[in-house]
Formats: sequence, C-alpha cells, structure tokens
Amino acid sequence: MELFRNRTGRVARTRRIATVAATAATIALIATGCAGGGDTGDSGSGAGADGDQSITFIPKQLNNPYTDVVLGGGEEGAEAAGFATSQVVGPLDASASSQVSFINAETQAGTNVIVIAANDPDAVCPALEEARTGGAKIVAFDSDTNPDCRDVFISQVVAKEVALIQVELIAEQIGGAGEIAILSATANATNQNEWIKFIEEELDSNPDYADIELVAKVYGDDDDTKSFQEAQGLLQAYPNLKGIISPTTVGIAATARYLSTSEYKGTVALTGLGLPNEMRPFVKDGTVTEFALWDPAQLGYVAAFAGKALADGDISGEVGETFEAGDLGEREIGEGGVVIVGPPTVFNADNIDDYDF
Amino acid sequence: MSDTKRTEMVEPTATSAVSADTTETLRDEPRGRTGLGRILLGRDAIMIYLLIATIVIAMISIPRFASPVTVGFLLLDVIPVLLIAMPMTLIIITGEIDLSVASIAGLTSALIGVLWQAGLDIGVVLVLGVVIGVAAGAMNGFLVAVVGLPSLAVTIGTLALFRGLALVVIGDNAVANFPPELTAFFTSKLGATGIPTVMIGVLLIIVVFGVLLHFTPFGRGLYALGFSKEAARFVGIHVARSKFWLYVASGGVSALAGIYWTLRYSSARSDNASGLELAVIAAVLLGGVSIFGGKGSIPGVVAGVLLIGTINYALRLGRVSDVVLIIVTGTLLIASVVAPSIVDAVKRRSHDRRVRRELPEPVGSGSVSA
Repeated sequence: MELFRNRTGRVARTRRIATVAATAATIALIATGCAGGGDTGDSGSGAGADGDQSITFIPKQLNNPYTDVVLGGGEEGAEAAGFATSQVVGPLDASASSQVSFINAETQAGTNVIVIAANDPDAVCPALEEARTGGAKIVAFDSDTNPDCRDVFISQVVAKEVALIQVELIAEQIGGAGEIAILSATANATNQNEWIKFIEEELDSNPDYADIELVAKVYGDDDDTKSFQEAQGLLQAYPNLKGIISPTTVGIAATARYLSTSEYKGTVALTGLGLPNEMRPFVKDGTVTEFALWDPAQLGYVAAFAGKALADGDISGEVGETFEAGDLGEREIGEGGVVIVGPPTVFNADNIDDYDF
Repeated sequence: MSDTKRTEMVEPTATSAVSADTTETLRDEPRGRTGLGRILLGRDAIMIYLLIATIVIAMISIPRFASPVTVGFLLLDVIPVLLIAMPMTLIIITGEIDLSVASIAGLTSALIGVLWQAGLDIGVVLVLGVVIGVAAGAMNGFLVAVVGLPSLAVTIGTLALFRGLALVVIGDNAVANFPPELTAFFTSKLGATGIPTVMIGVLLIIVVFGVLLHFTPFGRGLYALGFSKEAARFVGIHVARSKFWLYVASGGVSALAGIYWTLRYSSARSDNASGLELAVIAAVLLGGVSIFGGKGSIPGVVAGVLLIGTINYALRLGRVSDVVLIIVTGTLLIASVVAPSIVDAVKRRSHDRRVRRELPEPVGSGSVSA
C-alpha cells in the first residue's frame, strides 16, 4: 500500500513544482516589463495643467437612484466645465468609514477635484486633509463634511426650507392635527438629522402645528427592505398615526409601496423627499398627495463647476466669491462656504409628469 | 505540511483492506517533503508567491501603484482584518468560529467614544476598551467552552447582542473629538517608507500568535483539537480551557481593532467595523485554513489578508467599480476553497487507478488478460 502513497506523493510534488515554476515565470516576465511600465505610470501623474484636469465624484453609496441622478448631473457638469476626465467611485454600503479608502486612492491618483457626499462628517476628514496636502480641491455636495476639511459645500437648498416645506405638506394633508412619525435614512445621516432637527423645532414653536404630535423617529438605513419593514412596524405600533414624513428618497418610496398595498392607503398621509419617477405610480393611485424635492441633477452640475473654479484658482471658498455654473448662471458662496442650488419643488398629480428624474 | 498530515490520517483505513494482498516490500521509503522543499513548496509558500505576483502585476498595470503611498494606505486599510485574523486563525483551526468579532470592535468603539466624551483620561478609556473586549470574549468562551454550546450559534447571538449594546451605549451619536496627537499617531508613517507606525504593534501581535500556534505545545494541541476533540482530550489536551482562552484572545484583539478603527477614522460610532467578520473569515480561509479545523498557519493567513487587501487596493486605484471588486474577491475565495478539493479528487483518482492496476486481478478475468 505504501506504493500508492509514494506514487501520489510524486504526482503532487510534480504538480507543486509546476505551480511554482509557472508563478516564477510570471514574475520574471512581469519584472522584465517593469521598467517600461514605470514610465507610463509617472507621465500620468503630471495632471494639473489647464485642460488636463480630473474630477472624481464619491457618492454616499453606489446604486442609489437619487445618487444616480445627482451623478448624472455631475458628469454632465464636469464635461461642460471642461474637465478632461470625470470618474465616479464609491462604496456599496453607506457606512461611515467605507469612503476613506476611495479618497486615499484618489489622493494617490493625483485627482484635481474630489466631490464627495460624506457618510460621516468626521470619519472622512483625515483622508480629505491628506488629499488636500497632495493638492486636490475638495467639494462637498449633498451631505456636508466637517467644514474644516472641504473648500465649499454645495447644498441642495437651505436646510430649514426643506424642513419647513415637509412640515407644511404633512400638516395640510392630515388636516393640522394628529400623530405623525418620521422615517429617515441612517441614524447618523448628516442632512436628514439637520432637517429633522428643524422639523422638530418648527412643530414645537409654531402654534399652527400645536395639535400635531411627533410620536416616533425610525431609521430605514436607506435600504429598501429595511425601510419597508420600518414603515410596516410604525403603522402597527401607532394605530392612530395620521401621517409619515420620510426625508429620504429610498424611505419614501418603500413606505409608499407598503401603504399602497395596505389598508392604510389613502388614510395615512405620506410626504417627504422623493424622486418623481419613483413616486409617480403612488401619486397616480392616490397613496401620496404631494411631496417635495429639488432637482438633484443640478446639485451635481453646480458641484462640477465649483470644482472647476477651485481648480483654476478663480475662487478659494471665501464668503462672497462667485462663479459661473454653466446653464444655471452665477452662484455665490455664502456663510460657511455653502453654495445654495435652488428652492425645493413640490410635486403632485398635476405637475409630476413634467419631470423625468 | 498539512497535506502530509491529512494523508496519514486517511491512509490506515484504505490500507487495511489492501495490505493483506500485498506481499511486496517497499520500493521506496515514503516520506513527506522535508527541509527546504517543504518550506518552498507548501501551501503557505504558494500564497506568498501569489501575493508577490499580484503585487508585481499591480505595479506594472496600475499607474502609481508602485509608491510608498500605496504601502501606507494599503496597510492602514488591512490592519483591522489582519489583527482579528490572528485569533480567528487559531479558533478556526480548532474547528470553531467567532462571528462576533466585528460587533466586539463596534462595542469597543462606542464605549471609548462615550467614556472619552464623559471626560475620562484617554489612557483609562483605552484600557477600559480592551477590558470590555476581553469580557465580551470571555462570555463567548464561557458559552462555547464551558457550557458546550456550538460556537456558530453562540457567536451569531453575540454578534447581534454586542452590536445592540453598542447602540445602547452611544445611540445615534458619533464622537469625533479625540486628541489630535493620538489620531495623527494612528495614521502616521515610519519615515519615508510609508509603513504606518502602528504596524509595529500589529507585527508584534502577529509574531505572538505565530509563535503560540507553531512553536508551543498549546498551539500543537489546537491542531489535534481541530482533527478530533475526543482524541485531543485522550492525549491530555485541555479542550475547554484552550477554547476559552482563544475566545478571550479573540475578544481582546477585536477590541484593539475597534480602538484602531475609532482613532484611525477619528469617529466612534455604533456601526463601526460592521460586516468585518466576513472579511476576516474570507481572508483566513483564503490563507489556507480549513473551515473544518486542523489545518492552517499564520504565515499563510497573513499572505491571504495581504492578497485580498492588495487586490482591493489595486482595483480601486484602477477605478474598477466595487461591484466588480466583490465579485473578484468572492470568486477568489471560492477558487481557494475548491482548488484543494480538486487536487484531492485528482489524487484519489490516480490512487484508485493505481490500486486497480497493481492488485492481482480476480481469477476469472485474470487468465484471459495475461
């Protein structure tokens, strides 16, 4: 019997030697090509001269319908503004630290402008600082980073306006009295939390809303299934619930889907921030009366032009500076380095067909 | 080395039936590879060759990969996985698993965030962070080793439990105002080499676990444990005690990874390091550790972790979408698990053929064929 082992042992050894030989050959081949390869690598890093600038968008996460529209506008803007190359890279999950390795890669690639929607205002900071040391300009859009580590922030609208319009819409839809709840994105989402803060303040301070009671805040993590389940849970836990505000496109779409198939359709109001294309069927079938949003494509578009102006040295991020944002005209940098894109639009059955995003 | 072991394990059963018929003496003394050949041709060595090949290919095909900056960013990215992979290797070698590691890191992160905000001295905060990790590991260890529950079930439970506790501790908040000198230290590099300063500590931990596994009776016992718990008990290995301390070590190292995570990203949050356990287990398996226990080594795992890290970093630098990236790592993992079984199957087939050829043919057909 020992014969067999001997035989198989030899076979295995031959195979192992073959593997090693193949690997060694690969390395040798590669090593010989190394000198030539190194040169091409270096010549690319000289980017920075006018007309040879690069811009990279790092969204909160990939494959998010809202983000896709923003990025669509961004790429259009990047082309119009005159960037040689524009890229979109980003994580698959919207967790705090997942964006850092992408920023690092961009730093190393010598990208001129990094446009980022931060998942966590602080977690991305050290990496962005390093990118700036390397000469990159940082434009935050959609969701701000810590102001210390970016040049400008492109904000969709004034945060307070977004909050107020949502309160207005829900108050109107539930007749000014009753229990409401908020279904948000992640518990740490910068912009959602800011809006929620303003919503709470407005509900507390404005006598018109004295009869409206905010009974719950839940988080769907910008995940369709989780948001759906949270919506389901809300209606079970609060039988007297009159309305839901969902200040996130994923949340409002998932909630609308749940409502439209449940007994609560038409009796529980839903509003918030949604994409017309996603919300169209729910507006038509009466689940949703009115909801709001800005044009997300403009956000990316303005961000690209701001990046261009920064890279060219036309602006430095100081208050009062202005830059041309292509078709959208001139934009001014406001307090805290914030650039406002425009007021939110309210969508309902009458106008929703006019929009395609 | 592990291959040889497996052959020895299998052989006796296959032999007993055959040996009665064989009267021939041995032509050649059977032996496993020894000396240099064993080191240069083993599974670990192949992982290291693969790693080197990947690095060289990346240096050529990805612009700007070949720079000290890469070393720094790449290592900073893989450190949490590298750290936790050490105790995880030992645990998987004993045939158990610990899925709660990322949650322990998250709990540590949340706790040090809250304690720091409460105004405690940073040194005390960090020590308490490690203590909570050790306590969490001890809880796993108690349930698995002393109570004797299956580790998969226990750690799935504690995975949710510890993450839940993290949320209770810090809620929706994030703590970011750690001392700048400390956070700067965690991203600092050793001179111009690009190697992060914290790698010194990480290297120390790797060496400790490497020595523990490969050069101590305790470590040898873990392999035995992975092959057969009963046999290990009979030869005098303290099964429960070994397992308990492994889980404690796993908790402690996970806490260190949590501290690193918090200070590197200067953000203490409840969802820090979520999903990391799968990255760790994937890297450990790719590094040649058998999920059934009894096989694996620290050098192989280190190479496995670095291989995944390098591929990720290179593809990201080449701006390959993350969607492609997870497909690549997934395929790699499957290949690494499937490849050895294909080799085994081929071996077994040639073995069977050999058996058929060598054995005296049954009487009926034998007379004709001659």
